[in-house]
Amino acid sequence: MTDASLDKIPVTVLTGYLGAGKTTLLNRILSEPHGKRYAVIVNEFGEIGIDNELVVGADEEVFEMNNGCICCTVRGDLIRIIEGLMRRKGKFDAIIVETTGLADPAPVAQTFFVDDDVRGVARLDAVVTVADAQWLSQRLRDAPEAKNQIAFADVIIVNKTDLVSPAELREVEARIRAINPYARLHRANRCDVKIEDVLERRAFDLDRILDIEPEFLTVEDHDHDHDHDDGHHHHGGLKHYHDEDMQSIAARLEGDLDPDKFMPWINRLTQERGPNILRSKGIVAFKGDPKRFVFQGVHMMLDGEPQRDWKPGEKRESKVVFIGRDLDEAAIREGFLACAA
Amino acid sequence: MVEPTSSLTAHLRSFAAGAPAVAAAFIGGEPALALADGAVVIGDPGAERRVAAHPDGAILVVARDGDSLLTGGDDGRVVRTSADGGLEEIAEEKGRWIDALTAQAGAIAWAAGKQARARDAAGAVKSWAAPTTVRGLAFLPKGYRLALAHYNGASLWFPNAAAAPTMLEWKGSHLDVSASPDGRFLVTSMQENALHGWRIVDARNMRMTGYPAKTRALSWSHDGHWLATSGADACVVWPFKDKDGPMGKAPRECGVRSARVVKVAFHPRALVVAIGYSDGMALLCRLVDAAEILVRAPGGGAVSALGWDATGARLLIGLDDGDAGLLTLPA
Repeated sequence: MTDASLDKIPVTVLTGYLGAGKTTLLNRILSEPHGKRYAVIVNEFGEIGIDNELVVGADEEVFEMNNGCICCTVRGDLIRIIEGLMRRKGKFDAIIVETTGLADPAPVAQTFFVDDDVRGVARLDAVVTVADAQWLSQRLRDAPEAKNQIAFADVIIVNKTDLVSPAELREVEARIRAINPYARLHRANRCDVKIEDVLERRAFDLDRILDIEPEFLTVEDHDHDHDHDDGHHHHGGLKHYHDEDMQSIAARLEGDLDPDKFMPWINRLTQERGPNILRSKGIVAFKGDPKRFVFQGVHMMLDGEPQRDWKPGEKRESKVVFIGRDLDEAAIREGFLACAA
Repeated sequence: MVEPTSSLTAHLRSFAAGAPAVAAAFIGGEPALALADGAVVIGDPGAERRVAAHPDGAILVVARDGDSLLTGGDDGRVVRTSADGGLEEIAEEKGRWIDALTAQAGAIAWAAGKQARARDAAGAVKSWAAPTTVRGLAFLPKGYRLALAHYNGASLWFPNAAAAPTMLEWKGSHLDVSASPDGRFLVTSMQENALHGWRIVDARNMRMTGYPAKTRALSWSHDGHWLATSGADACVVWPFKDKDGPMGKAPRECGVRSARVVKVAFHPRALVVAIGYSDGMALLCRLVDAAEILVRAPGGGAVSALGWDATGARLLIGLDDGDAGLLTLPA
């Protein structure tokens, strides 16, 4: 990232359906001796067992913006809280926002795109979703919120893996991949993931979009992994599902893009299809620009900036990813490829 | 006043407040800065005293109440600091933040989340829960009546009356609220880089738009005819003299620069507005001819606090990098 964005406070949004283990993860993050100081925005006091952290109660007040953007909702309370937290600037290193189990992640994420004051001081680092290995498959069928939370995620923690068989675990992971093949997946019991796998992810995960094809995406296990692990979790045995309404589209183009074609194309796409596009991300090479251009978006909101230089010998290429409902894959691919310089 | 286009920087005494300034005021004739780190600094540069009004908290909101300064913190406390440095806890909202605070003639009002409370000069406290979080509070100039800014409008509440508050509706998130000195108009700043106003008698709406950023500073002229606002690369001043207020009229602009106006404070006796910018510069601007006088050259942080004394002889400036300055106008 550029120096300016490194100065901004990273914000991790923690989502997950009721009972998946968000609070367990939060308590784990806060109690481990990592030397970092977190400001934590929670929905209910009392669940957090740690006293000596900056914990703020939020009300999840979701507001519509009067900006002509039909899907543009923000968390008004979050804007206020982040403004207030800045009075303690320098006293914490990062912000964690916990959402309720039934929350749509969009308003939280959009807050970091829409409000200039928030954008000036904070950046969305990652959306981390905790999924219950035992119940997620069922929730994906009966709870649209659960599906949105998976679709939105940059990092997914498949929790409570000790309660399911290896076959069931592969099944739930395949269901997750059908919705969101790009998120980093971690298996856990009682959310026993490494903190660095959850927090301060952004640079890693955006780079990863360029590096990995969805077909080869696998679960990343830890040293302390589980008895039921069959040792062949790389590539083999991954079932393929197609989610009935949520899908992801990745498109890659070798060589440069013409910014005068790409910018109008992506703006029009997100304006017209925004309500159906949950997340968009990309790293692109603009003709004549020595720097990689990195963007991410939520519904109609897009935010991009030049990042580091393309390295000598690094292949200049562009890749974009869209996750959403009822997307016209052929049209999106064609539109993207037509932006070649 | 001094000749236009001259500079008053030689009359500005800079000092280190030690933490970002949240608000500036004069209490009992003494300059006082409320700081983000929970302290209040009182006294002339070089002889200032530091009072820990919120030892474990940050100051979020500030209001002057006569000769004392009221502060609301993220420790949930409302604290009164007197000119002699004495502290008095007015209220505590356990586990909450004080999001809004105002005072007038001994009456105090504060809000934590949706909960608003009004305390009359005798100390009786009344409570009302707004439909959503209260972002701004202001007493109307006459009577014991409170205006509350929240989502989708503002409410007018008589704390001593049994009747439900009246709501002035306008879609969107309303932040700060201010009543005109004659009590005819109510103005809010909004999330969408705009101001909204109502003529209170008939709830007629007024939209004041065109700002590139949120307006978080509002200041009425001493005669109540003008409202100075931040949020643009100039101080935008709306006319409120006529019965229709600014409706159908263009605002005046003064202090146009290529830096954002972040703080404004009208002189208490003259049509002169003090303007603070995001680059640390401060100006005085005379409304009649837009003549400008430099008070503080650009540099350091952004101006985050401006306050005049009662006669307009001194102006206290606080910045968000912990720097401060006291201007004494030449006699």
